[in-house]
Amino acid sequence: MRKLALNDEILLKIDKPARYIGNEVNMVRKDPEEVDVRFAICFPDVYEIGMSHLGIQILYDMLNRRPDTYCERVYSPWPDLHAIMKEQKIPLFTLETQSPVREMDFLGITIQYEMCYTNILQILDLSGTPLYATERTWEDPIVIGGGPCTYNPEPLADFFDIFYIGEGETRYDELLDLYKECKEKNCSRQEFLEAAAKIPGMYVPALYEVTYHEDGTIASFGPVKEEIPARVKKEIVMDLTDTPYPTKPLVPYIKVTQDRVVLEIMRGCIRGCRFCQAGMIYRPTRERNLEQLKQWAYEMLKNTGHEEISLSSLSSSDYTRLKELVTFLIEEFKGKGINISLPSLRIDAFSLDVMSKVQDVRKSSLTFAPEAGSQRLRDVINKGLTEEVILEGAGQAFEGGWQKVKLYFMLGLPTETEEDMREIPRLAEKIAERYYEIPKDKRNGKCQITISTSFFVPKPFTPFQWAPMCRRDEFLERARVVNEEVKQQLNRKSLKYNWHEADVTVLEGVFARGDRRVGRVLLKAYENGCIFDSWTEFFVNEKWLSAFQETGISMDFYNSRERSTDEILPWDFIDCGVSKEFLKREWEKAQRGIVTPNCRMQCSGCGAMQFEGGVCFENKN
Amino acid sequence: MKIRIKFAKYGSLRFVGHLDMMRYFQKAMRRADIDIAYSEGYSPHQIMSFAAPLGVGITSEGEYLDIEVHSSKSDQEALRALNEVMVEGVSVLQYRELPQGARNAMSSVAAADYLVYWKEGDFGCPDALPELSRALREFYRGQKEILITRQTKKGEKTMDLKPLIFELEAVDVKDFRTARKLDGFPEEGLQLPCQGVGFFMKVCTGSTDNVKPELVLSAFSDYCEATGDCGFRFEPFRMQIHRVEVYARESGDFIPLGEIGCHIN
Repeated sequence: MRKLALNDEILLKIDKPARYIGNEVNMVRKDPEEVDVRFAICFPDVYEIGMSHLGIQILYDMLNRRPDTYCERVYSPWPDLHAIMKEQKIPLFTLETQSPVREMDFLGITIQYEMCYTNILQILDLSGTPLYATERTWEDPIVIGGGPCTYNPEPLADFFDIFYIGEGETRYDELLDLYKECKEKNCSRQEFLEAAAKIPGMYVPALYEVTYHEDGTIASFGPVKEEIPARVKKEIVMDLTDTPYPTKPLVPYIKVTQDRVVLEIMRGCIRGCRFCQAGMIYRPTRERNLEQLKQWAYEMLKNTGHEEISLSSLSSSDYTRLKELVTFLIEEFKGKGINISLPSLRIDAFSLDVMSKVQDVRKSSLTFAPEAGSQRLRDVINKGLTEEVILEGAGQAFEGGWQKVKLYFMLGLPTETEEDMREIPRLAEKIAERYYEIPKDKRNGKCQITISTSFFVPKPFTPFQWAPMCRRDEFLERARVVNEEVKQQLNRKSLKYNWHEADVTVLEGVFARGDRRVGRVLLKAYENGCIFDSWTEFFVNEKWLSAFQETGISMDFYNSRERSTDEILPWDFIDCGVSKEFLKREWEKAQRGIVTPNCRMQCSGCGAMQFEGGVCFENKN
Repeated sequence: MKIRIKFAKYGSLRFVGHLDMMRYFQKAMRRADIDIAYSEGYSPHQIMSFAAPLGVGITSEGEYLDIEVHSSKSDQEALRALNEVMVEGVSVLQYRELPQGARNAMSSVAAADYLVYWKEGDFGCPDALPELSRALREFYRGQKEILITRQTKKGEKTMDLKPLIFELEAVDVKDFRTARKLDGFPEEGLQLPCQGVGFFMKVCTGSTDNVKPELVLSAFSDYCEATGDCGFRFEPFRMQIHRVEVYARESGDFIPLGEIGCHIN
């Protein structure tokens, strides 16, 4: 039987020991002696979050299809175990074979959000591998990063050997074959990395050099050797029908965030909201095949025993065959004790009809994400949702028995005025008024409108990548304005307002658009004891502020200034398929409040057509 | 119809808690295509109930759960289907139909057997305890009552453990195992201790007077310390608790929960 890396005394002392034992349903078992490549794949957050991530499940399945490779999982030990592992010098281990991570050939880390960066250092630290990539030897795994944050990998550049820019399905075979070949030929680690850098999509940060102007902006960025490519182009799967998909996903023992079968129906988004990074970097929009999705739904429910199935995409309402898919799921599985969980669909007659079939109308709530309160600002951000559409949808829903509505907005968007902020509660008020138009005897008590605001963080590869970001106090002041306006509404008792703390947001801003130099703050913060920063119970702002002070790095330089469109941005060497010219055009149109039609209405020439597929070529055959 | 399932839980699965085991079995029922019945409503759930929760860290070869099904394969087929979808650390040992009107597992639990032994580990083996058997007899049979104080919400509470302990003796764990071979329970399910010595106990179990084996052992440990008798000290992390069987009580006799019910052909 498998021996566990942690002894009983530790396992009985810590919270949720089942996070660390592996052995879940559908776990892949291989003899480590029988494979050439051992790959640890890591989501740098707690098990329940990491296990809910579809990308890891896809790569785990894909890598384990190779007979010569064994892919195992690693998640961040919770702070209780972290302390014990540090104290007793227990090395971080994989869940499958409970082996030390340092014994692996690769340590692949998915980088999904900025506030997990200290957890990445925790993973490296507990593994016993040097934090700085340049200090590693063949005794250490090749540390490779992937995921959305690698579209600006620079803040993490010192800690990774390779970043894989784009979708994992396309180049891992080539990379692992190269690794085997290098090992057989006794190449040096450096030789391997230089060869890897020539594989499309691979960015080896140590092979690139940056110089800076006196004002701190980048003067030059480029490879240190001639044969290393100057630009790294994102990798992308154009035919989503024949890609591997985990039809036997892992089934955890403890309740995780995504405790259900997840069907990925589509990648990319046609909408082009100007604040949204995912909407740009995953272009062009590509749909999965309906018949295959139906087949996978059967297989995955059978192989997992899950009682719920859900759809995944950036905007499910834009999946062309959504109606057929949803109808199929309801007819096929609803009577068999399977819940159908629908992602936030655009509210219309169809979505209300299916929602009323799969949810308890009185308990569930409707979600709208207008993102901005006024039509003017919605035009700036290119969010196509109008007040008319929202009121129409909410009205239909209220007639159908719903009484809870959730509204999501951002504060601090470019060009935002006080009037825009005040429009947020006014929109909520109009929705509440629409509810009270229903005769008293036909409605079910009060309605409940929840307004949530988050603070806007400009992201690389969006038209807002040049925009200044608000400072902490400016954000809080905007939330105060909204809160004050909420209180002036007639139906204020039906409105509820939630807003976030701003401390984390400003840090996100620094790491979203930071350059290589902010890696020093990160290391200092980790040394100061920061981990699990995305968890409010562990986030300590003072430690971060002192890390900035000790390293002499200015938040304002990264967040508050407006960048010129001529400036070399830290992520300019990456080609995400969408051209800088397009982003500039969008940035200018935003400032004039001009909307851009979505990809299905009209092509705006973003550049993604070069990938020769997806929405760019719909109806063209 | 109602079905009673008996299973064993061992290895790394001892760190999976009771509520998670319930979720585990709900999903297993679907993977094994058991025609289980659901409750009505917007979020239907399977009709399933467990006999007695097992604490985290404890292994068992006598766990029970009852389910309701619309139809059933033969018990042998169902057993095979379930075992095909189990993980290492859970074995389904029995699948039987309950007679009409049988009480459900949870409400009929009256007692449970436990084997407690020193486990292998970083700790080394305990010193020989020749006095253990005698001291244990004096502790259990020699005393009129075994008073312990328990911390409750309302403060300290004194209670007598003796009437709640039905059997208590020192055993040779290897002999115990040989005498009681269990079909379908894997050899490695018990990590046999360095020396054969251990405890066997049958204690009151259920919703009213639930006695945990740890409670008996710490009372014995206190007794040894107070009397200076035998060197036993209860160190929870060094000992493995293993549940052997769970019983219902019928007209004074303890009947294993698995003996209620019949085969399905």
